[in-house]
Amino acid sequence: MALDEIKIGGLGASRRRVEDNRFIRGKGNYIDDIALPGMLHMEILRSPLAHARIRSIDVSAAWAIPGVRMVLTGDMLAARNLAWMPTLSYDTQAVLATDKVRFQGQEVACVVADDPYIAKDGCEAIVVDYEPLPPIVNPIQATAPGAPLIRDDKTGQDSNVVFDWEVGDREGTDRAFAEADVVSTIEMHYPRSHPSPIEACGSIADFNRATSKLTVYMTTQAPHIIRAAVALVAELPEHMIRIVSPDLGGGFGNKVPVYPGYVVSILASILLECPVKWIEDKSGNLISTGFGRDIYLKGEMALRNDGRILGVRMHTDSDHGAFFSDAQPSKFKIGLMHSAFSCYDIGAAYLTAQGVYTNKAPGGVAYRCSFRVTEAMFFQERMVQAAATDLGMDQAEFRRVNLVRDDDFPHRTPWGLLTDSGQYGKCLDLGLEAIGYEDFLRQKEEARQRGRLLGIGISTMTEPLGAGNSREYDILGIKMFDSAELKVHMTGKALLRTGAKTQGQGHETTWAQIVAHELGIPAEDVLVEEGDTDTAPFGMGTYASRSTPVAGAAVSMVSRKIRAKARKIAAYLLEVSEEDIDWELGRFSVRGAPDRGVTIQECAIAAYSNMPDGMEPGLENNAYYDPPNLTWPFACYIATVEVDPETGVWDVLRVVAVDDCGVRINPMIVEGQIMGGLTEAYAMANMQFITFDEDGNCIGSNYMDYLLPTAWETPGFELHEVVTPCPHHPIGAKGIGECATVGGPAAFVNAVIDAIGDTGVRNIDMPLLPDRVYEALTGGHDVSGAPPVTTE
Amino acid sequence: MYPSRFRYEAPSTVAEAVAMLAAADGEAKILAGGQSLIPMMKLRFAAPAMIVDINGIGGLDYHRSDPDGTYRIGALCRHADLEKSAALADAQPTIAAAAPVVADPLVRTRGTLVGSVCHADPQGDWASVMVSLEGAVVAQGPNGRRTIQVTDLIDGPFQTVLAPDEIAVEAVIPAPRGARAGGYLKLERRVGDFATVGVAVSVEMSGGSVARAGIGLTGVGPATINASEAAAALAGTALDADAVDAAAQLAAEAAQPRSDHRGSADYKRHVVATFVRRIGAQIQRSEHEAA
Ligand SMILES: Cc1cc2nc3c(=O)[nH]c(=O)nc-3n(C[C@H](O)[C@H](O)[C@H](O)COP(=O)(O)OP(=O)(O)OC[C@H]3O[C@@H](n4cnc5c(N)ncnc54)[C@H](O)[C@@H]3O)c2cc1C
Repeated sequence: MALDEIKIGGLGASRRRVEDNRFIRGKGNYIDDIALPGMLHMEILRSPLAHARIRSIDVSAAWAIPGVRMVLTGDMLAARNLAWMPTLSYDTQAVLATDKVRFQGQEVACVVADDPYIAKDGCEAIVVDYEPLPPIVNPIQATAPGAPLIRDDKTGQDSNVVFDWEVGDREGTDRAFAEADVVSTIEMHYPRSHPSPIEACGSIADFNRATSKLTVYMTTQAPHIIRAAVALVAELPEHMIRIVSPDLGGGFGNKVPVYPGYVVSILASILLECPVKWIEDKSGNLISTGFGRDIYLKGEMALRNDGRILGVRMHTDSDHGAFFSDAQPSKFKIGLMHSAFSCYDIGAAYLTAQGVYTNKAPGGVAYRCSFRVTEAMFFQERMVQAAATDLGMDQAEFRRVNLVRDDDFPHRTPWGLLTDSGQYGKCLDLGLEAIGYEDFLRQKEEARQRGRLLGIGISTMTEPLGAGNSREYDILGIKMFDSAELKVHMTGKALLRTGAKTQGQGHETTWAQIVAHELGIPAEDVLVEEGDTDTAPFGMGTYASRSTPVAGAAVSMVSRKIRAKARKIAAYLLEVSEEDIDWELGRFSVRGAPDRGVTIQECAIAAYSNMPDGMEPGLENNAYYDPPNLTWPFACYIATVEVDPETGVWDVLRVVAVDDCGVRINPMIVEGQIMGGLTEAYAMANMQFITFDEDGNCIGSNYMDYLLPTAWETPGFELHEVVTPCPHHPIGAKGIGECATVGGPAAFVNAVIDAIGDTGVRNIDMPLLPDRVYEALTGGHDVSGAPPVTTE
Repeated sequence: MYPSRFRYEAPSTVAEAVAMLAAADGEAKILAGGQSLIPMMKLRFAAPAMIVDINGIGGLDYHRSDPDGTYRIGALCRHADLEKSAALADAQPTIAAAAPVVADPLVRTRGTLVGSVCHADPQGDWASVMVSLEGAVVAQGPNGRRTIQVTDLIDGPFQTVLAPDEIAVEAVIPAPRGARAGGYLKLERRVGDFATVGVAVSVEMSGGSVARAGIGLTGVGPATINASEAAAALAGTALDADAVDAAAQLAAEAAQPRSDHRGSADYKRHVVATFVRRIGAQIQRSEHEAA
């Protein structure tokens, strides 16, 4: 009797998340839950100013406070060559400021004390003498003639420009524009946002002088990369470094970079020879750690009257803050901005991008997306809406005309990426049907007669996930593969470890389901562990929706290696040759005599107690998986809204989501990811942003100003699915962690713009605050949200 | 988020609390719901040497009507007590309208109306409601009690005329001169957000016309705004659309908003007027329904 795959928690089972057992009981093990004997506590003193020269730092009063064990400043670090650290983008970032502070909230000094209260008192006792300099908060200011030079620490850096890049076919694109019937243009700003995991960052560094071993518990999405970085920067031997990433209260890209707090806690532990704990507070997290977005677009589309897109030209200006610490976007082809329009069959495309330094926190990180494709997809879908409007064409029809057709795969995008599968038209049609598109258009018209403003917004996109393939993708030279190690114990229970690191995605549940699918071992018999570099196989960590596409594939591959060995054992036990063995889920049998068989569990015992002569005992293996291509999920999000013409307040009426993420391992978790992503998309469109005033003050460094939506205002989501298996992934999965955050925002914005379409307004920058909508509605013009915000 | 060192006291009577405050020489703070004070302490915006926690004092958690219609709200009556009170909708419609939009459900179970008024946050919702109702607080100090109108109590952002050794023991709303009606509208970006604009309108209807009106504005000035001229424009009228319109205009003029990341000054003024109109229309509708 064949096993029922759903019953054993295999592929397609909406199995409850095993990790939730401890989380909902308050038994998780987060960084702040960890206490080591003799542990001291560290707090950071941050700059109140956005741009200022440091004349002097007086730490004497801090040292005088009973219980203060150490006060660290930039000068102390400089003496050890640690005042600056390298970033992932081959830039440098100040660990503690020596010469200048370059953004509000920058780390200036650290105090280590017996408890965090005393450490905080110590920070307050430090006197810093600042000489204020003019702050820069946007690219226009950064590139204005005579702009103050932010990075005067860098030799050869004589402007605030970080990079100037181009990609695509310039001449071909020019030709497309020459042939166009209509050219559609739009400008917009994707505002600075913050991943804002509920748990902020933190570390406990524990250097043991006796063993020379450094153990660092830290909130990181990529523990192995951190180990390598510590080995290189601190010049410690790699085998004497152990990074443990415990339970993480969210990451969203914020826990990929290395932050000064980690570095200083490590140094303090080495100097003091005892464990040093640093727990960042919420404001510290929001004001100083990896933000997302903050990119300006000038977009142009060359269109033919029949609706075909002939060419696309884009220029982006990105604001990277004071230190360029993105994940090496030049290597990733302009941060994958050039993945824009991958779902459309467009003629030619050309993209230029300029990045600048400003007096803002450094970044930006890919906030819940692959190398910042969120901006690319948002710009794409906003440009598409404007183009359809300019052509006088229906939004849905314009997309249908231009979407890549099912029989066009594999499809080479104009920037050279290869999409391999999808049913774009089907997803769009399903979405339109679910929302009742034609009906809604009628309702909208009727409502308009009565002075009510309804709108509908569509967003369709495919995004590149699962970096990478090792030919094209690496971080600091380390290729972007991933890994899994599987140990099947004698009793058929198993331990699985991967190089990924869950932050709430449910790996402990999902990975076990892949093993169940491949081996027929019930998912509940598989323990999943991640995050400890002393035990987990080397991997690149979890971000960019890469876990299922890469580490998940490695789980499949290692399971198959185990199955191959088990097959040999089965042949031995059944006394037939390997070729005469059939496999069904969980069991080998003799071909032609299906009653004669052994289970995978029986093979496991035999691997330790009764293996064939000459066979290595045990049933363990590992796999390193290098994906042949990126994976390309597709999504169609449709939102309907009503705008209050008197206040500019808008309410979401309905949201329909159609996601094709390939094969779904755990449909419940997939749906959770989509709902979470749509919530963030709604947040971005509606309320969530960080801005700055003329003085460079960060507005959004606490949850009073930086608003995350609650269950109260978050709309309901209606989810639908289409399944086009990924052709190269072992189980056909494509990744789903980020689709909705990436594709979602444009649906909401398009809906509001549609609702006020009669005004001729093309753009309102996110978030679509009521006053911005009201201004657009009454003034009939676009509304920019670019900083600085004016405060009277 | 670690506050500075402080001493903690938990008296069991008001008199004891007053004595502690008096002894602390201005270095003490009263802790009621703690929903404003504790965040300020954790951010080290406030660093009182002593906390006098009044939560252990019995008999302060009431809200009730005197036989003559005077309404009293004790210093430990929580936002949630007001939100959940069925009787309040008729007795105090403006309070009933405001209670569910103050802060979020978690904060409402702890925060107190009296504490909110004493906190004098220009974005606090309760002070505007109290202003619209001509409310007062009763303060008890070493020399006994005095009654202070809320309009006199607040003398700047986060500033009141309370002496450091005075405790506001209750809020008092005078008996109405007719049938009460009113509403509170708040523009917020999500639950728990402070008001971009909040408008409280309270009227007392007698014989088809407005016997008394009050309008308080939240978040559109350096302190809670008493839009008394706007309210005066309603008095004696039948709350007809023209009267409400006039009041709406005057309320917008009374507002002193700043442009900031929540909206421009002009926009906020416009919302003040819109909200006055909407509450006026709401009251009219329910008067019609009642008739
Ligand atoms: C997340 C969050 C969101 C919020 N949103 C809103 C909102 O939208 N609208 C709104 O109006 N408020 C909001 N608040 C504030 C909340 O309503 C507080 O409860 C209220 O402002 C203060 O009441 P409290 O009882 O908590 O006072 P406490 O925090 O205990 O005290 C506040 C101040 O008043 C003084 N005080 C308190 N009681 C007395 C007394 N009896 N006599 C003399 N002085 C006293 C204290 O010493 C202190 O200085 C929010 C708070 C939080 C944490």
